[in-house]
Amino acid sequence: PVSNKSEVFLLRTVHLHWNPEVSELLRAGNKVQCSSFILAVGHNAASFLSVYILASANWDAVGRGVAWNERSRSGTGPSGEGSACVFYRHKDEPAVLICHVTCHIAEDQLFQWTEKVFGYLQTRGLTVTVLSDSSVADYKTADYLCSSSAPFLRSLRSSAFSDQPVCQSLEQPNIITGLPAAVLNHCQVHSIAAVVYQCYSDVTGPDSITMDKYKPVLTKLGRSIQVDSSRSTDVLRNFVRSSEIQSNLYI
Amino acid sequence: MFISSQDSPATFQGFTLVMPAVAVGNVGQLAVDLIVSTLNMRRVGYFHTDCLIPMAGNNPYASGKADAEELHTPAEVYTAAELKLAVLQIRAPIIQTRSKKFRQQLKSWIKASGFSRTVVLSSSHAYQRDDQQLQGTSLRYLMTPSLLAASADALKELGWREMERIPAFPGVDAEPRLCIPGGGITKGLYTDGCAEDLPLAVLLLFCSEGDNIPDAFALVNHLNDWLHLLDGQWKIPTSWSLLFGSGIPPALF
Repeated sequence: PVSNKSEVFLLRTVHLHWNPEVSELLRAGNKVQCSSFILAVGHNAASFLSVYILASANWDAVGRGVAWNERSRSGTGPSGEGSACVFYRHKDEPAVLICHVTCHIAEDQLFQWTEKVFGYLQTRGLTVTVLSDSSVADYKTADYLCSSSAPFLRSLRSSAFSDQPVCQSLEQPNIITGLPAAVLNHCQVHSIAAVVYQCYSDVTGPDSITMDKYKPVLTKLGRSIQVDSSRSTDVLRNFVRSSEIQSNLYI
Repeated sequence: MFISSQDSPATFQGFTLVMPAVAVGNVGQLAVDLIVSTLNMRRVGYFHTDCLIPMAGNNPYASGKADAEELHTPAEVYTAAELKLAVLQIRAPIIQTRSKKFRQQLKSWIKASGFSRTVVLSSSHAYQRDDQQLQGTSLRYLMTPSLLAASADALKELGWREMERIPAFPGVDAEPRLCIPGGGITKGLYTDGCAEDLPLAVLLLFCSEGDNIPDAFALVNHLNDWLHLLDGQWKIPTSWSLLFGSGIPPALF
């Protein structure tokens, strides 16, 4: 039980825990070399990366983030474990970093998370790619969107991103919020090349069709890392089954 | 803090700063949108802060395909150098516990930049007006002593109505106080401005949540009567679409 405001403030602080190798590097005053930072926000984005990239087993888990807030489930306390925010680094290409975020990061923690993570990275020549799950209910369009068009991908990029995104840019008056927005803001303001691929889906939980929508992004990521695009949708479906089901009330 | 988006840092010395308060109906923010859109103001930097909820989107003032894909952040600064005008647009709510911190950040920036005066565009809940406020115009102003000294004549000519002090708890405490319900940080900025001798004005109107576009026009025209920014029509930005949601499914009817 918490007795006062400042204690809550401390509990809500974002913490990043790195493995001994990275911790040593940071302690010596260096930054993590990084040419490509790939962030997956949401279960479908994270599962997509797991199947097509992380499954090649050339990745080390090098760190994790803890952002305790009102939506943290018990068992993932502030001191805690919980695999909801994990950093992976490629064994052969250590300048490629992947991060999965499947937990909720509260409004007041977004900026802090972003500043802390980017504070550890060497940002010269860095390209940031964010895959983000979103609900089609948040997408505004003049023509009524019939359900067959979801899921679909839209992109937003920072001014420093000179490459061509793999899909259409997000049209007015739509905006993005949450962690992808916080990361994109940071990159825009600090002239870092960044692109967010937002996948609008009409399914709220893990869904193989939604995950599959991110496939075009592999063509861009495949330049810096090995991707296994031979994986079929069946593998994604298996992934969904093994993912935690929150409630089967509406199945 | 302010981060320039250009190669050579912008100079604001002697400029007038117009900024919105995030308040009922978002009227101040809509009014600022009209100003930036109509005067074709140029973005010169970002107000990068941990006090606002993060959001990002493409250029809300895009005039065509060429400038449509430009990323915009929750708080940005635009200028129209020929008018010696700078505008801070705020597009996201202030995080609840960081209201005071945000005000400090704003004040520091305003002081450091050397603005000759700051005008805060705001609004207040129409339903909380007391009897005297219900009559006449719904537009009000406030000015800190240092700005009042310089603008007294202009105010007299404009015939503006100052925001009344009213009893905060009628029947319980009859002492008239300054109350701006629904005004966000407006009152805080004004009282700080008075205490710290900042030349600051507040222009607000009473309104309710709903279609606040007419309110935005009323406020921006009111501002224009004083600052004479524009001689013609205000231009609605391209981002003002689907304000009440997506199109309706034809099968509904």
